[in-house]
Amino acid sequence: MGKKIDTSKYEDHVILGPVIRYLKSNLGILLAFLILCIVLSIAADNFLTVNNWLTILRTVSTTGYLAIGVMLAIMLGGIDLVGGAMIACTGCLTVVCMERWGLPMVVAIIIGLAVGIVAGFINGWIIAYSGIHPFVVTLAMQSILRGAAYLIADGQPVPLYVNDVYPTIGTGLLGGLVPYPVIYMLIFFFLQYLLLNKTKMGRYIYAVGGNATAAQFSGIDIKKVKIMVWTISGFLSAFAGIVLSARLSSGQPSTSVGAETDAIAACVLGGTSMYGGVGCTGGVLIGVLVIGVITNGLTLLHVNSNWQYVAKGVIILLAVYIDMIRQNKMQSRSE
Amino acid sequence: MPKTLVEMKNISKSFPGVKALDNAQLTLYEGEVLGLLGENGAGKSTLMNVLGGVYKPDEGTISIDGKEAKINSVVEAQNLGVAFIHQEIALVPYLSVAENIFLGRERMTAGMVDQKKMYKEAKQWLDMVGLDVNPATMLCRLSIGRQQMVEIAKACSLNMKLLIMDEPTSSLSESEVDSLFAMINKLKAQGIGIIYISHKLSEIFTITDRVCVMRDGGYVGTIITKKSSESELVQMMVGRELNNYYVRTFNRPGEVMLDVQHVSSNTRLKDCSFQVRRGEILGFYGLVGAGRSELLKAVMGLYPRTEGKVFIKGEDVTGLPTMKLQDKGIALVPENRKLEGLILKNSISFNMSIAVLKKFINHLHVNYKREREIVDNGIRTLAVKTPSRDQRVGNLSGGNQQKVVLAKWLAAEPEILILDEPTRGVDVGAKAEIYKIMNELAAKGMAIVMISSEMPEVLNMCDRIVVMSEGRIRGELERSEFEQERILHYAIAEEV
Repeated sequence: MGKKIDTSKYEDHVILGPVIRYLKSNLGILLAFLILCIVLSIAADNFLTVNNWLTILRTVSTTGYLAIGVMLAIMLGGIDLVGGAMIACTGCLTVVCMERWGLPMVVAIIIGLAVGIVAGFINGWIIAYSGIHPFVVTLAMQSILRGAAYLIADGQPVPLYVNDVYPTIGTGLLGGLVPYPVIYMLIFFFLQYLLLNKTKMGRYIYAVGGNATAAQFSGIDIKKVKIMVWTISGFLSAFAGIVLSARLSSGQPSTSVGAETDAIAACVLGGTSMYGGVGCTGGVLIGVLVIGVITNGLTLLHVNSNWQYVAKGVIILLAVYIDMIRQNKMQSRSE
Repeated sequence: MPKTLVEMKNISKSFPGVKALDNAQLTLYEGEVLGLLGENGAGKSTLMNVLGGVYKPDEGTISIDGKEAKINSVVEAQNLGVAFIHQEIALVPYLSVAENIFLGRERMTAGMVDQKKMYKEAKQWLDMVGLDVNPATMLCRLSIGRQQMVEIAKACSLNMKLLIMDEPTSSLSESEVDSLFAMINKLKAQGIGIIYISHKLSEIFTITDRVCVMRDGGYVGTIITKKSSESELVQMMVGRELNNYYVRTFNRPGEVMLDVQHVSSNTRLKDCSFQVRRGEILGFYGLVGAGRSELLKAVMGLYPRTEGKVFIKGEDVTGLPTMKLQDKGIALVPENRKLEGLILKNSISFNMSIAVLKKFINHLHVNYKREREIVDNGIRTLAVKTPSRDQRVGNLSGGNQQKVVLAKWLAAEPEILILDEPTRGVDVGAKAEIYKIMNELAAKGMAIVMISSEMPEVLNMCDRIVVMSEGRIRGELERSEFEQERILHYAIAEEV
């Protein structure tokens, strides 16, 4: 047993308070992240370089966008599985809009994002009004979107030739150094932080996830909250699709299969409880980084990429198990 | 001298931050009913959880039948003959009654589950507790009261030496309570020892032989029920005398605040009309399942309503969503605090503020100072016992949880307050505090509706009483007309 530091007197502090609470609630994942980084910087000498870190951040940005939305769905005790299929669908649609139908870039992007918003809204609406489990609803939507992606692209990758501004959305560098996708990711994380901490909707999400009946009795329109959450998640998946297609300069109907799994893993690693009602933005951000560092580290160490899937699987299991133990601990204390 | 069945000595148990039990003790004889009495947080449940194998004590010894017993798990406790009926139903909703009774001990014939045999045996146990249901019925189709009777039947079917019952009557109707008491007497005659936890002193006097009183995790004393009095027990529990249990100063009610006209629902409610005036407390009495909660939920837009109108201060608010109704100044404190009232894994602060977010969150700006004021004010006004506003609500005792639910709705500063069983599962001390608060609120001009199944409560606290049965309002009595017989007569009225 280590010495217990009394932090209670700082907890009301404007800046220190949130920082301490953040460190306290994410201690496990932060330590794991730190250890992972230390081990990798010893094992691979090119791990701890600015370039490598920018690569890590750029690679995980897709997982990041998805995780921000998926986390909200998990917070409601649900799930959103459309991620990978939505990326494929909106990527193909946006590119096809420009390449084959000759639409201007801005219009193509708006159409792509609109598809994400509409599909997300439909998910939320069905979940809110029919009572079908989110797993089933979004699984069905995943299949629909994947099918749509192949239909739109005629089953083939669609390379983009007509527009050379579009690719910079995915490949541009801010100040010649930081990839745009990383900037987008950080902005969306910040927006999610604002949503969860500075708005009524944020508290509603925690309330509905913690106890939907009590939330309803509190006057919260739980249907509206659900529709909102799945719509946001749909939008972010669509955004991920546009950024990826821009980076690849093509619409790929078969891309990103299982991308949503990484996002879910990042959420769980970051302390979002699958039981709903518990989670924080900072935790998910670390979860996303952990996923990125694992993939990157295994690549640097020349581990066969197929093993990376195995490693990720094991880590997800461990994280969920730890989450469960933590939940049980909280519950036994409440009796 | 009857044989000693259980002896618990010098039991201590600490949880992070609290000493839940401090040298507690308890002796139970064969064939007696021992009442276990104490305020919230007195340690009754913890002590029983130690006996039931849920917690391991830090110190102390337990002996059962004269032999020292080390109880490490619930199963070990069961094997020693300890049966525990918890306050909350611990059954599987989507299994039949019979399957629930024999869960884990299914009756087999030739390697297959023998449904017929289980139904037959289950029927015997159900008959024993006087519950007339088909053992093949799915559990969730029964009322909470009946589910609890199934649980008692299950405990009976286990080979028990002693039975712990934690607030067994909190969701039973009066006739169900009668059959429960008859069953307790039957078990007593068979030599089974029963520990009966209750806040209701009238029950303690009806059913128990001796009473063991606890306070602040420690042992206060054990007395023979017949030789004791209500005031003595209360004094032992709270360590002080409670003079005015029911506090009520009656005022002339003002204008009509809430006017409910001809509300019906598809199945449960039939043409219900009533009014509440400023400064009065209107009681809703009836048996479990009479439709009282449904009616008030329908008023709040939380239960489907097919016909009828609702007016607040003369304004037609029929069909508005719950949040809009709250803005009009009406609030409902629900009956089941864990299910409908609270988010147990969140803090007191979160729970108390969730219904009034617009008071301090505005366009990405959170006024934390205002939030703290609202929460601290709630904690102070209702005297919630907690180390901090960031305490998880799940860690609080029942009475304190109830106060948090109440504070949550008072924070909305309603003019019309609907309280559904506000003192259920709450100890005497907290009850008196809740009555006091209700009286103050009414005196300040709030219109209060109180749904209650406790006759003394409605008789003492209300200006008027509305009595319901089978979804209909059967009668309305002014204070001068209050008579127990008459109220009961309305409550058991049936459709002709």
